[in-house]
Amino acid sequence: MVRKHGSGDSGAVNRLRWCARGVLVAVLSQVGSVALFTATVIALAALIVGVGVFLLPVVMVAVRGLATFHRRTAGEWTGDPIDIPYRHTAAAAPHDGARSFGQCRQLLSDPATWRDVLWMLLDAPVGLVLGLLPASLVAYGLNGMLVTPFLWESMGPHWGFGAIWPITDQTDAYLAIPQGVLLVALGLLCARPLLRLHTRFNRLLLAPTRSARLALRVERLTETRSETVQSQAAELRRIERDLHDGAQARLVSLGMSLGLADTLVEQDPVMVRKLLADAMESSSQALTELRDLVRGIHPPVLAERGLDGAVRALAMGLAMPVEVSIELPSRPQPPVESAAYFVIAETLANVTKHSGANRASLRLWHADGALRAQVGDNGRGGADPEGGSGLRGLQRRLAAFDGTLDISSPPGGPTLVTMELPCE
Amino acid sequence: MRVVIAEDLALLREGLVQLLTAHDFEVIEAVDNGPAMLRALLTHRPDVAIVDVRLPPTFTDEGLQAAVKARTEVPGLPILVLSQHVEQMYARELLSDQNGGVGYLLKDRVFDVRRFVDMVRQVAAGGTVMDPKVVSELMIKHETGPGPLHALTAREREVLGLMAEGRSNAAVAAKLFVSEKAVSKHTNSIFTKLGLAASGDDNRRVLAVLAYLNS
Repeated sequence: MVRKHGSGDSGAVNRLRWCARGVLVAVLSQVGSVALFTATVIALAALIVGVGVFLLPVVMVAVRGLATFHRRTAGEWTGDPIDIPYRHTAAAAPHDGARSFGQCRQLLSDPATWRDVLWMLLDAPVGLVLGLLPASLVAYGLNGMLVTPFLWESMGPHWGFGAIWPITDQTDAYLAIPQGVLLVALGLLCARPLLRLHTRFNRLLLAPTRSARLALRVERLTETRSETVQSQAAELRRIERDLHDGAQARLVSLGMSLGLADTLVEQDPVMVRKLLADAMESSSQALTELRDLVRGIHPPVLAERGLDGAVRALAMGLAMPVEVSIELPSRPQPPVESAAYFVIAETLANVTKHSGANRASLRLWHADGALRAQVGDNGRGGADPEGGSGLRGLQRRLAAFDGTLDISSPPGGPTLVTMELPCE
Repeated sequence: MRVVIAEDLALLREGLVQLLTAHDFEVIEAVDNGPAMLRALLTHRPDVAIVDVRLPPTFTDEGLQAAVKARTEVPGLPILVLSQHVEQMYARELLSDQNGGVGYLLKDRVFDVRRFVDMVRQVAAGGTVMDPKVVSELMIKHETGPGPLHALTAREREVLGLMAEGRSNAAVAAKLFVSEKAVSKHTNSIFTKLGLAASGDDNRRVLAVLAYLNS
């Protein structure tokens, strides 16, 4: 996917910017790739004597920094960033031999490490040539336009420009001007294609290979599956406990009241009346508890009205006015529906509990193969998923569906929580 | 009084039949699904119907939908809807035709047989009976949030809540330990503040409850 740039795309300033980017690429290819390749070779060699165990992770942090800088600029310059292929994050642990050793093993067994090394080796010439060529052409062309025609005599007898070597008279010297113009134009024109070529070269080695992509995917799936299994088991345990301590106990007490009433029915009608009242109370409480439990498992209104109706019912129960807009062409799959409902319910509950807002908004729609929801409020902001709030739990819940939850909540508000749940 | 019952669980259906028969109701038909219920309501035109929200064949809100449909065909047909859970949204939908004769209760309310039978009679008489749970949720909402009912005093909101539960002025008075005259002063003030012109007390009570639900 290539993002089109704005109208300044063909402007001279923009072309100059591409030339400057080329210079940056060239400089990085030398001070970055050459230096770090050398450092890597030294670190690998030093592994034999042991010091490398500490050296390699440090060097690799820098190597990955450089490579990832290129991955990011690929995104900024062409609109299509290169994905990060690493299985583990590299971290230096200069005082911890065991950790450093573990790091080295991980680094050396990750194909992405070796691809980075190969990339540095090749980037040294490729980056230099592709990066420097446009700027060199421009510089040389400017020389032909502005310097050679006037100073050729002082340059010595063997001086020339472009196709004319050596320059023998002033006519030859003036011919440097059109040549210079052509060269400047050529430099400016080729800057962008050449840098794109460099990006393609980068992508070849810096992007995850198919198997790396799959490995990353498998790792992610393993992680989310284990989280899902664990949270489901925890949920079942909670339900079991609630039933055991709640409804079941109440039904036992109800049965006891009725049994006792049965034995006393002739001797003590007053007591029987009291026991019957107790029995009614127990059954009423058991029902209330079961109702709350059912609501937590699968809200009846969701079963009856689908996500659309259930979400509207939620909004209606909120103490503040909620602007609701829902556009769903059809009902999503039940598991998706249920996940979306609980995330929205929890987010709205957070709005009530923490935001201090007096207005909220809720959008729910389907786009690009994903169910999307956005909950906003005009409260005080500062919601932080790392702050131990329920937001992390919601993110985990969505992860089971490859869904995501984005939170924008600057201090002072407003807060906007965006949920995305892929569903086909 | 002629009653139609729609409840898919045989145990509860038989229980309701027994309970109502014991209190001098005549159960003319007890059905177990939505379409049969609609047919029974439209052919028998009972004095009151007692229906479960969730009914076959869809096991969604079939009973509620059938109730709303029956009332569009026969405006004001008294229906008491029972459910395992209550939703403000459903209450609002039931009342939206602004005709009385509607009740919406949790199934547990059947336990208090005397009060339940009272409420059935009230619905049959064109009254409006909302479950105390719906009312208490609204109370919480009005305590914390702004709304069109803000003009009402706390006492008036309390009276309106009890009205929504289907209590008569006398019952409200007994509940709040005040005189019936005081209650009717409150209700008149409520009607005025909600802009409900004099048009028969029953109808105004329905509209007031509707305003309450819609706020």
